[in-house]
Amino acid sequence: MHSDPASIKQGIRKYLMIGAALYVFTVITVAVNQVHLAVPLAITVALIVATIKGSMVATVFMHLSHEKRWIYGALILTVAFFIVLMCLPGFTVMDTIGRPSAWASAPPAHGAEAGH
Amino acid sequence: MDIPYTVETRPDTGLANGKLGIWLFLASEVMLFGALFSTYVILRAGSVTWPRGELNVWLGMVNTFILIGSSVTMVMAWASLKLHDFGKHRWYLLATFVLAGIFLVNKYFEYADHFARGEGPWHSTFLAIYFTLTGLHGLHIVGGMVVMAYLLGPGAKLYKRNPDQFTNRVEYTGLYWHFVDLVWIFLFPILYLL
Amino acid sequence: MEKVATHETAAHGHAMEHAHPELGFWRKYVFSTDHKVIGIQYTITALLFLLFGFTLMMIMRWQLAYPGAPIPIIGNMLGMANAPGGIMLPEFYNQLGAMHGTIMVFLGVVPLAVGGFGNFVMPLQIGAPDMAFPKLNMASYWVYAVGGMVMLVSFVLPGGAANSGWTSYAPLSITAIGNGQTMWLIGMIFLITSSLLGSVNFIVTIVQLRAKGLTWMRLPFFVWAQLVTAFLLLLAFPPLEAAGVLQLMDRLAGTSFFMPSGLVVGGQPLQISGQGNPLLWQHLFWFLAHPEVYVLILPAMGIVSEVIANNTRKPLWGYKALVYSVIFLGFMSFIVWAHHMFMTGMGTTISAFFQTTTMIISIPSVVILTALLLSLWGASIRYTTPMLFALAFLPMFGIGGLTGLPLGLAPSDIHLHDTYYVIGHFHYVVAPGTIFALFAGIYYWFPKATGRMMNEMLGKIHFVGSFICINIIFMPMFIQGLGGMNRRMYDGGAQYAHNAQLLKWNVVIGMAAWTMALFQLPFIINFFMSIRGGKKVTNDNPWDATTLEWAAPSPPGHGNFVTEPVVYRGPYEYSVPGAARDFTPQFEAERA
Repeated sequence: MHSDPASIKQGIRKYLMIGAALYVFTVITVAVNQVHLAVPLAITVALIVATIKGSMVATVFMHLSHEKRWIYGALILTVAFFIVLMCLPGFTVMDTIGRPSAWASAPPAHGAEAGH
Repeated sequence: MDIPYTVETRPDTGLANGKLGIWLFLASEVMLFGALFSTYVILRAGSVTWPRGELNVWLGMVNTFILIGSSVTMVMAWASLKLHDFGKHRWYLLATFVLAGIFLVNKYFEYADHFARGEGPWHSTFLAIYFTLTGLHGLHIVGGMVVMAYLLGPGAKLYKRNPDQFTNRVEYTGLYWHFVDLVWIFLFPILYLL
Repeated sequence: MEKVATHETAAHGHAMEHAHPELGFWRKYVFSTDHKVIGIQYTITALLFLLFGFTLMMIMRWQLAYPGAPIPIIGNMLGMANAPGGIMLPEFYNQLGAMHGTIMVFLGVVPLAVGGFGNFVMPLQIGAPDMAFPKLNMASYWVYAVGGMVMLVSFVLPGGAANSGWTSYAPLSITAIGNGQTMWLIGMIFLITSSLLGSVNFIVTIVQLRAKGLTWMRLPFFVWAQLVTAFLLLLAFPPLEAAGVLQLMDRLAGTSFFMPSGLVVGGQPLQISGQGNPLLWQHLFWFLAHPEVYVLILPAMGIVSEVIANNTRKPLWGYKALVYSVIFLGFMSFIVWAHHMFMTGMGTTISAFFQTTTMIISIPSVVILTALLLSLWGASIRYTTPMLFALAFLPMFGIGGLTGLPLGLAPSDIHLHDTYYVIGHFHYVVAPGTIFALFAGIYYWFPKATGRMMNEMLGKIHFVGSFICINIIFMPMFIQGLGGMNRRMYDGGAQYAHNAQLLKWNVVIGMAAWTMALFQLPFIINFFMSIRGGKKVTNDNPWDATTLEWAAPSPPGHGNFVTEPVVYRGPYEYSVPGAARDFTPQFEAERA
């Protein structure tokens, strides 16, 4: 992390620019929402925009773009387990006895009542 | 006693203790909110219908603007310290604190609106996960405000004794605060828009 | 406890030339930020909880051996709500069962293995003056203590303690009347918070505060085990904390996270929004609880490794294999959890996935156990008390691990799930497994903490008696489980005809359990007697060990080391050819 005044001032410019970009993307995501896309597409677009915004906060505000290897390592591990936590329970709900694996087909219309 | 690398960085890792500590804490927070997001996915996938239009999108958007703004003021509070401008730092930190407070006030209005109609978390699984996610997020905002109050109040004395250690503390608080903002960046579309 | 903080000889007085004001009683012994004091606090508290959890089990075992018979001695003291006339009610049995598990796992074993041993030994083994965040360390202990109190208090509330199993499955746990389950959830939130604060501290300390020359591949295996354990706690506990909050909301705020639609309780349909998912609780619970079992075993493997290296007078076999295995094990432990859920109606594809990962995870466990076994080859074994416990750990963990295989394979699990076979399996790993390792650690590090040795004769009596009894307790459970006897039945399975031939084992197991209690007396007496009356050590390194903690005085003063420690070689340089002695400590510059 550079500590001389010049690079800090450069950093400040970056913070303000990213702040503005975040506002713009917020407006975009609300505007897209007004369009009423099909649910899977709406989810995809919303998550992509959120990921872009989140990445900007992480890399610039949180200085993740030039962090140390231990931090990167801990975070990569965390992201891996986060993905596991998000995906695997969903798979177990989708693939149950009496109903063949639903990977190829759409998720079932009714879950909680029928599956258990 | 003196614990090494509290302020100066350890040569081989390039880190000060607190920097690694706060990132590890944030990693655990990713898992905490991850569990709640996973809950949202399972409950929504398993539901027959999922409500839309129950939340005030405009108020949510305003709150998003407020929180992003507070993230900017937070990082400016740290940058001011790196430029040795303690006065500016205090203004930015105070601004962050105030913006956080306004966010909570808005959330109070949203909650009160629902409760007035008798729609608490018991009303539907959507409201259950909404109240839990935003409630936990709100508690994190309160936690952040407590730390900021400390840094504005009694904690500020450290700046005279050990300015680098104080700057580090502001940096770590900032990392926590940006994380809180990051969670909201995902919460807002997931709960309000989708 | 006094020994640690006040032992002031010329050598220990002010370690590392740091001056500090003399602290009052409360700051020195109660609200201390010194990792050694905190480690001892954790140890004593955890040992008390282990004793309490053990007592709960002994009462359960009476009911199982002699269903419906009044409990002797304490039967009339348990209260009308629990045991009228001294005869245990099924509701009380369920409380004992749920709390025995909870207390042993969360209030006993982990606080001792991680909070006790990790706190006391790890900073010394890496040459640090204390943990990276001493105040946070103190907070961790007190949050644990409060959580433990919350759990204990629940016994005396109306409705009693939690009684839905240590697993608290929904919807039973949510519909359970009284405050016990609510207190369980609140207690868990405290305990999880304590763990999280502790794990951050452990990781930062190990990464940042290693002494000069202590590179990663020179770390004692105990430290590696604690590092991986800390990562498991850090990343696996938060989902259970979230789940605990969700269950609290289901119980208190009427939400339906885990409550399906159409639930009828006591003949009345529940007035809830429904559409929740009971399996969601199971996923979030086991996402933690599976890594949790590795939290239970890894520190134990670490302790056993240290004791074996020291008492074989040769280096551990396969140090690199041990390190890579424990890292791989930690990673895999996050993707096996649903092998606890094979019977929940999961389809064959996803079951096959979890079965496969479960089989894969057995590989690093076997590598670690094999490396420790091979370490005995050609060794000059000293049969000290810690070594006896460490040696016993090996076959006991072997039995525990092997009996896990039919449980990890989905088809055989169909027959064995929820039977006594499961209870036999996991107790073999934790009881003659981890707890024996913890005993080994206490006997081994007692002289470092107090400057005195524990009595060897009492230690050997403790070992022989415990070893024999513990096998008589748990081995018959495999027979009972294979015969189809289910878990968690308050009459020991007597109500089912197919259990008729298996019931006699309950009497055998009960006798062994109460005898085992008697054999803990030599340990308890030994422990307290030796604090003041044990044989004083003649030097700081009474076991002639090689790792850094033995460079510090016994007991260490504030700041731990008299001069800053420097590390010159690996952790297990025993019987180096050409050396004058059969051990070459890490911290000595010249080979002796």
